Amino acid sequence: MLNEQEMAEVEKELAHCENRKTGCIGALKAVQRHRGWISDECLKDMALYLEMTPDELDDVATFYSSIYRRPVGRHVISICDSVSCYTVGYRELLRHISERLQIGPGQTTGDGRFTLLPAACLGVCEKAPAIMIDEDVHGGLEPPGKVDEILDRYK
Amino acid sequence: MEGKNKQNQRKRPLTGSFRADGEPLDLVEYEKAGGYEALRKALKSMAPKDVQEEVKASNLRGRGGAGFPTGQKWSFVPTGEDAPRPRYVVANADEMEPGTFKDRILMENSPHMLIEGMALAAYAIGAEHAYIFLRGEYVRSARALEMALAQARQKNYLGQNVLGSDFFSLEMHIHMSAGRYMCGEETGLLNSLEGKRAMPRTKPPYPQVSGFMGKPTVVNNVETLCNVPHIIRNGAAWFKSLSLGQDGGTKIYGASGRVKRPGAWELPLGTTIREILEGHAGGMRDGYRFRGLMPGGASTEFLVEEHLDLPMDFDSLQKAGSRMGTGTMIIMDDRTCPVGMQISLQSFFARESCGWCTPCREGLPWIVHTLNAIEDGQGEMEDIDLLLEQARLLAPGHTFCALAPGAAEPLLSGVRYFREDFERHVREKRCPWGEG
Repeated sequence: MLNEQEMAEVEKELAHCENRKTGCIGALKAVQRHRGWISDECLKDMALYLEMTPDELDDVATFYSSIYRRPVGRHVISICDSVSCYTVGYRELLRHISERLQIGPGQTTGDGRFTLLPAACLGVCEKAPAIMIDEDVHGGLEPPGKVDEILDRYK
Repeated sequence: MEGKNKQNQRKRPLTGSFRADGEPLDLVEYEKAGGYEALRKALKSMAPKDVQEEVKASNLRGRGGAGFPTGQKWSFVPTGEDAPRPRYVVANADEMEPGTFKDRILMENSPHMLIEGMALAAYAIGAEHAYIFLRGEYVRSARALEMALAQARQKNYLGQNVLGSDFFSLEMHIHMSAGRYMCGEETGLLNSLEGKRAMPRTKPPYPQVSGFMGKPTVVNNVETLCNVPHIIRNGAAWFKSLSLGQDGGTKIYGASGRVKRPGAWELPLGTTIREILEGHAGGMRDGYRFRGLMPGGASTEFLVEEHLDLPMDFDSLQKAGSRMGTGTMIIMDDRTCPVGMQISLQSFFARESCGWCTPCREGLPWIVHTLNAIEDGQGEMEDIDLLLEQARLLAPGHTFCALAPGAAEPLLSGVRYFREDFERHVREKRCPWGEG
């Protein structure tokens, strides 16, 4: 079941939508902000609430890269692997983060603190190489050791 | 100082009024720089058709990549008493083309400019609803736009009976996307806005006739829309005079890669590649040599040394076998392996393929496998020709939308200009750059 606060936030997303279904992407993001990810049970509850079938909603949920259908850590690190970052130190940065956190792309640290995900161009190519942690963009991570102090900020 | 600012704003209409601290212009600052004068002017003294005609006469071409004439795009929307309603204007702010960051700069610094441009577009086609389709990662843009939307509503630049007129009302909202390159394709974008997967739609019908919820819809890029207020305020002739060629206006050019000063600059449309690369980006960083560039994002064909004196405009780059695309160039240096760079490019396209049509869904991973084999020293000479054959099968006409043809562009040109490097991988059975 969605709780009251989640329902209120979903309704806010739906307010200017043509119908409940057109607002489903915003609704998924709103609920995910509270739960971290969208579980099967949550998907069923939401589908009922949005007047969709679970399959219809899952069709959408599995398509978009920032809707998570599997558990993620408290913080999600999206590392840009697109071409501008690739030419300016992406590989060194990925190696550094992977070694420091002992996880590869798609994995979560044992303490549930970080999930590392590959990401398409973050649109900050003038500050390559770049990562995004939750809603914050961090660029200019060359040499890659610069990221250490940033990671420390996310508990 | 005031005079100099004015002059700057006339030469660089999009960015000349930006604040030095990178914070967004609020309503008062935007109005002081001439903001919303164009909307006032249009509502007071121009019919919707006049706005369309002025934009047509300005030779404004779309800044999202395809370069379609904006006024012409608008003119396909059916008008008249019995034309379908409601109609929609959508700003394509899903800037996901690798190497591109110009629309973010516009939205973060001057959110009202986009809103005014959208209001003028809405007036020109008789739309009553507008959406800003914003990529989810652009959180700072979202904050700036939310602030600006609230201010614009309060001053009645948006809402019921805009500026007291009894003939124009406009509601505008932001849709935050959840991340997929396909959302930048305009029909994929419309499906996404309807709460579906961002699959491309069959064209025709074009969105101008049957777009969002089956109603007439115009989808324009952010930079395109930001030009509109300046065209209406200062006129088509002035706009054309900003450019060095036939197409009107300035362009926000950019450069990323191993250059001294990566960044973006608003310059006359038709500025040469060399001036952008050497003059504004400061040339290559010490210890790096220039080998090639993609002029406007990951889906544009590589250009090399011999092309550096070409003007960065739509027609010149097309003649050279490439495209201006988004105008934000990605530089390839001599310490980057051309095969490795190609793997990065093709992996992006393979991952972002929506899976709707077979050549794209199956062909792109095949290309990535082949490239990986070459990079790992397990490739054969025939594999290089196999790549070209695969690219041919992804050309326009073979696929449902432009994603796969966009992937084929850097592949074909990459093999054309750097074939010797591909062959060295095969001959030496390893990556000469020590990658793979």
